[in-house]
Amino acid sequence: MNECLTTIGDYGLRAVGIGERLLPKTDFTLCQHFTLIGSGMIWNIYFGAIALVIGFVLANAIALAKASRYPFLSIPANWFILLFRGSPLFIQFFLAYFLFLNLKQSFPMFSWFTSAWAGALVVLFLNTAAYSAEIFYGALQSVPRGEVEAADAYGMSGWKRFIRVIWPTSMRLAWPAYTNEAIFLFHATTLVFFSGFPAWQQRGDALYYANYFADKTFNPFIPYPILAGYFILLTLIIVGIFGLINRRLNRHLPQSARIKRPRMPLIR
Amino acid sequence: MGFYLSFGTVLLLLAITAPTALAFGFGGAAAARSGFLPLRWFGKTYIAVVRGVPDIAFFLFFVIALDQGFEYVRHQIYCPDWDQPIRQGSDFVVCKAAKLPLSSSPQWVHEVYGFFTAVLTFAIVFGAFAANVLYGAMRAVPHGQVETAQAYGMTNRQTFWRITVPQMWVYALPGLSNLWMVLIKATPLLFLLGVEDIVYWARELGGSKTPRYTAYPHGDWRLWYFLGLLVFYLAFTKISEFFLSKLMKRLTHGQATLGGTS
Repeated sequence: MNECLTTIGDYGLRAVGIGERLLPKTDFTLCQHFTLIGSGMIWNIYFGAIALVIGFVLANAIALAKASRYPFLSIPANWFILLFRGSPLFIQFFLAYFLFLNLKQSFPMFSWFTSAWAGALVVLFLNTAAYSAEIFYGALQSVPRGEVEAADAYGMSGWKRFIRVIWPTSMRLAWPAYTNEAIFLFHATTLVFFSGFPAWQQRGDALYYANYFADKTFNPFIPYPILAGYFILLTLIIVGIFGLINRRLNRHLPQSARIKRPRMPLIR
Repeated sequence: MGFYLSFGTVLLLLAITAPTALAFGFGGAAAARSGFLPLRWFGKTYIAVVRGVPDIAFFLFFVIALDQGFEYVRHQIYCPDWDQPIRQGSDFVVCKAAKLPLSSSPQWVHEVYGFFTAVLTFAIVFGAFAANVLYGAMRAVPHGQVETAQAYGMTNRQTFWRITVPQMWVYALPGLSNLWMVLIKATPLLFLLGVEDIVYWARELGGSKTPRYTAYPHGDWRLWYFLGLLVFYLAFTKISEFFLSKLMKRLTHGQATLGGTS
């Protein structure tokens, strides 16, 4: 038990570079598995949470641009969405990594983006923005006409009508699908360290460490189920948080309309 | 040459995996609605677990796990009088006759075996997604149809095969076409399974070449190779979208759904 506490002290924050430098090489204990893979989850949560929050803002902007009647706004928005939804995330990671490598030679300021913490975050951010924009666009299109007419009748127009009536309703409609997208995104963060972006000083994400253990012990039956357990836990937490937000969004509606179960995600 | 062949590898994988995954999905969905409790549990767990965990973790897991599973079974069959433990520290030791593929077999057997485990892995993972879609589709078949069949005295099995299965495809198609798109976009993950696919070749060929090693020296071209792959996938997705919408139109023709009323 005490031994395990030391392991947690040594490796608990290994993924961000705090604690023991060398990874264990032989005689892996179950405790080391749990600690290191859990420590890697820090990266998954970092990538997922930040990309989700800033992606949300960009996604709203793009959804509005796509719904716009001016072609100079809607055409670029359509292309952006097609580019990121139509191609594999894996290829996007590779492409971005080599793009940043090339840019780095001419502009030194891009040297940040060749490391995972910034470069992969940019890709994930743009990717989730594209997927969410499609969801939000669909929701904007299905805002009930009566609500907009009611807003007109109250003398609201333009920005005021949008921010008080259209946008809140579209968020309510989009929320179950957006919950899915969030779960997707967290699952997609596992791709980062398998797609060109190097894990500097072996500071990787959860799957990176799980793969490390599986390579060293040649026994996949311990690290991967642990990883699966962590991810199921993470998924449950996301569903919980989004469910709370959903309840707040729909707090004025009758009880039965509130219960909308988000479906578990596919992959991308 | 290997680079062009690898596009073939991807297409072949799609061609084999799609029907296999559909079969797995059908099995899973049928199990999930079976009347026999343990079978139902098995079906539901299969769907839930595969969908709750990142797919790439499954790919990495199954490739080793399937390999070791096959070797273990063969080990039990071919070498019953082997007395050492199979897991020795961090080694997985089976007798020589149980090795898969046999260490004496030629290179192409190794490649085919690698491809085969990759297909099986894809089929297991996507089978769960397909199972979920088909499970929903089976429940979407109007209940009156099933009741009518029972009124005619059909058994459960007959109702399932004669009424539910022929009618469920229309309801399943939107989900299945979405799944096909996802499957296309998952093929670059083959690279992680050790198959020499397009990602592998793009990295190999695009890397810096110097006159000392090759007749075609060039700088770092990986950026352009990956741009090419991106365009390939975009085009593939677009083409699939076009054909799937045509298929949907055909299938809904004359059906009593919103799409087929005209």
